[in-house]
Amino acid sequence: MLSSIVVEKVSKRYGDHRALAAVELTLTAGSVCALLGPNGAGKSTLLGILSTLVRATAGTVGYLEGDRRRKLDDRLRADIGLLAHSSLCYGELTAVENLEFFATLYGVADGAARARTLLDEVGLDGRARDRAVRTYSRGMVQRLALARALLARPSLLLLDEPFTGLDRGGALALGARLGQAKADGAIVVCVTHDLEAIAGVTDHVAILVGGKLACDERDPAGYSYAALRERYHTHAG
Amino acid sequence: MPGRALPTAPAADAVPASCSAAVGRRTTAPVGTLRLVAAVAGKDLKVELRSREILYTMALFAAVIVVVFSFSFVKDQKALVAAVPGVAWAAVVFAGTIGLGRAFEREREGDTMRALLLSPAPRLAIFAGKTVAIALLVVAVEAVVLPLCLLFFNVDLGAAVLDLVLVLVLGAIGFAIVGTVFAAMLLRIQSRDVLLPVVLYPILVPMIMSGTKATAAILAANDADAWFWIKFLAAYDCVFTIVALWTFEALVIE
Repeated sequence: MLSSIVVEKVSKRYGDHRALAAVELTLTAGSVCALLGPNGAGKSTLLGILSTLVRATAGTVGYLEGDRRRKLDDRLRADIGLLAHSSLCYGELTAVENLEFFATLYGVADGAARARTLLDEVGLDGRARDRAVRTYSRGMVQRLALARALLARPSLLLLDEPFTGLDRGGALALGARLGQAKADGAIVVCVTHDLEAIAGVTDHVAILVGGKLACDERDPAGYSYAALRERYHTHAG
Repeated sequence: MPGRALPTAPAADAVPASCSAAVGRRTTAPVGTLRLVAAVAGKDLKVELRSREILYTMALFAAVIVVVFSFSFVKDQKALVAAVPGVAWAAVVFAGTIGLGRAFEREREGDTMRALLLSPAPRLAIFAGKTVAIALLVVAVEAVVLPLCLLFFNVDLGAAVLDLVLVLVLGAIGFAIVGTVFAAMLLRIQSRDVLLPVVLYPILVPMIMSGTKATAAILAANDADAWFWIKFLAAYDCVFTIVALWTFEALVIE
């Protein structure tokens, strides 16, 4: 289980465009980091690098388990759960089939039971889960995407705009899920523009502006909406 | 405006008391590579069987090529048997390219290629699973092309049909190996539909050449030549399997 992630002078360029510039950040277990910033600030790029799917142009990311630095191998990826902009699920398959397929890839014991449990928890009802995912509403897809991200009980949970498309109940459930993951000792990184939704859950705020880290602070007591808004306006205007 | 801070306690209707998302209770275990290959290939085939769009499109396009060419290559009011190797392989490669593009377009739609690469499954297994699925689709198209060629060009192969099946299967494997690497590599590129044939066909030239030569030798009942080109085709498949396994991971990571 990952205990911390150390981002050291990470930069990323796409051709002439600089997406990230020497970002330094430490993420710790049992914490929810709200990764904020205006559009194009480099939030999703940083999430991509943390997920190991995007190579940094410069700098390193250390995945630590106690004092031991984990290798960037297949086993490390089993510890990472990603909820991205897209569903990362197959439209032609049902929710259950999608989760069972990924359970096989992740080597999840009793994937079918795990899939059904997770679908219960994210609130996809029995009739919906046996329909092709392409027939789902945006909110239902988001619930499925969350179930997929949680499938292998990851110790690093990366969420990119997780509240998009969710109704009040879904947003509440997701907030509860983040709180639970934090209590269980996971490292949670949540990219969002919905400061209200993340308030009360997050205890670490990182704000990216133009690819640079403009703010990196923690408060074990957590941040209220007003505190988050104040930080955001101070650093990202 | 006061914040509507979300509770960290579970909502009554949403999250059960025993949250299964809990970390540190990992119940995952390494999965055999062959099982992973079968899972990826099985998933691709299941998706295709639901929509059947790739298979029908490929088969229809290949059939049209064979029919059109059977009326184009005519000598003494008979379809020219010498054209069969070229027609058959052109039909397979062109139809295969359509299928290849669409198969990877599906992975792009839900960004599912990213999901595959993020999983702990070895990239080798993902590559092999995709390759197996593509190869099976190409073999299915060849099952349409071969009888049509024999019918429209009035060819009686007799027992040599098994040799031709071997050639076509080796060709399908070679096409799938090279095609999977390039289609995966181009997945994030805007003009991938145009670029795929441009980058793919030059690499396929040895495969197409050995396939047509082997087919021509089989039609001419020239066993020695046929086996030379069959071995060449098998060697092509082996070489590009090694190259693909070596380069796949580097090509698909951003």
